[in-house]
Amino acid sequence: MSPRCRSLPGTSRWRSHRVMLLKDTKLMDVKLGQLGTWLAMRDFTPRGILGAIRRGYDRYYNKYINVRKGGLGGISMVLAGYAVLSYVWSYSHIKHDRRRKYH
Amino acid sequence: MQAGALGGMFHSGAASAAESSSSEAAGAAVSGGAGGGAAWGSGSGGGSGSSMAAAAGPAAPPTCLPPPPPLARAPAPRPPSPRSRESRAAISAPGGGGHRTGRGLPPPLLTAFPRPALLSCPAMLSRLVLRAAPAALRALPPPVAVGVMHTTRPLHTTQQSLAPLPPLPEKGGEVRHGLIPEEFFQFLYPKTGVTGPYMLGTGLLLYFLSKEIYVVNHETAAAACILTVIIYGIKKFGGNVAAFADRLNEEKLAAVSALKNESIQALQTAIEEEKKEQWRVEGRTYLFDAKRNNIAMLLETNYRERLLMVYNEVKKRLDYQVAMQTLKRQKEQEHMIQWVEKNVVQSITPQQQKESIAKCILDLKALSKSVHAAV
Repeated sequence: MSPRCRSLPGTSRWRSHRVMLLKDTKLMDVKLGQLGTWLAMRDFTPRGILGAIRRGYDRYYNKYINVRKGGLGGISMVLAGYAVLSYVWSYSHIKHDRRRKYH
Repeated sequence: MQAGALGGMFHSGAASAAESSSSEAAGAAVSGGAGGGAAWGSGSGGGSGSSMAAAAGPAAPPTCLPPPPPLARAPAPRPPSPRSRESRAAISAPGGGGHRTGRGLPPPLLTAFPRPALLSCPAMLSRLVLRAAPAALRALPPPVAVGVMHTTRPLHTTQQSLAPLPPLPEKGGEVRHGLIPEEFFQFLYPKTGVTGPYMLGTGLLLYFLSKEIYVVNHETAAAACILTVIIYGIKKFGGNVAAFADRLNEEKLAAVSALKNESIQALQTAIEEEKKEQWRVEGRTYLFDAKRNNIAMLLETNYRERLLMVYNEVKKRLDYQVAMQTLKRQKEQEHMIQWVEKNVVQSITPQQQKESIAKCILDLKALSKSVHAAV
């Protein structure tokens, strides 16, 4: 795509995809230094958050559950995540069962 | 002269038979749809019959097509505009056969029965229409062209396609030990090799335990027991449950695909039946020839019967006349003989009677003498 639009300067139909905007990069492609900027650019409106939740759900669902031969990993990961999350939320209560005071 | 009268009677009889036969021919043509009444109309009668049958021929309706089979109505969901477009294109299209569809605008429900006189290949109908459409539009008067114009644009302009959805993927994402996606292991493999994630896991676990971020209390014991039971259950019965679920799915799929195959099969048989019907249509001519032959035979039989009847009647009348004449002659002869006899008997006087008797006696004597002499 790029060499062609370099050779035809008059074509206005070809958008310059040579420069990838930071807004459009995925999280795994973001360099560590750009992480702060990237996070700041994300859409934090309620609509954006809901959209992100929706997208995440769709991705997980279509990858692990909406298949012909689903396995155990689909729901077990959800349950494990639920267990971990509930432990995290109740840590302030569990703290009191610690055996040593100083670690 | 009587032979001439007889001949005239036969010819008029033949002409009347030809008239009745040609009227029957018109009736047969209407019912059977054959326009060949002129053929045997001229064959049976003389020249007089043929002219009348020829007049009856064009009066019979042209060949009417048999009713199209119901399968031809199956592609009915096509919008009616292509039909009318085809007729309009046909009006402006050069070549023969146009007069058949030119009888006004055919109704939009006219099915896709192929008309070989009109277009060579019915499958190319839409392409031909699209090519002929601008010429046809120019040929039409402006208000009609405007009405037709907005139907030539494609109807579906959205992204929605009618193709079937892509099938579901066979297996889900790989998960190792039921908890950690495979992508994590692949992510760490280039840098740490195969044991990297396990070392990470062990290190994390020891860190949480030693710093008591994860606290070991009664819940830990409970979790250990529960997880043991769960994992034992899964390891033992997991295969069976998976097989059962797969069998359920496969049964559903098999039912649906059986339905699909059945309908495909039914449509195939319907297509074959349709082809057979089309082949049968080609045999129409033979059917009508056979019918025509039958009718001709019937008419011939009828004509001959009537001829025989006429002959018998005429013979009876002539025999009567002959019998009358012979009777009359007979009566005259008898009467004449009786009259002559009566007169002769009357004219014999007594004198003549005596003389004749004496002469007879003399003759008899002479005869007897000659006989005696001979003996």
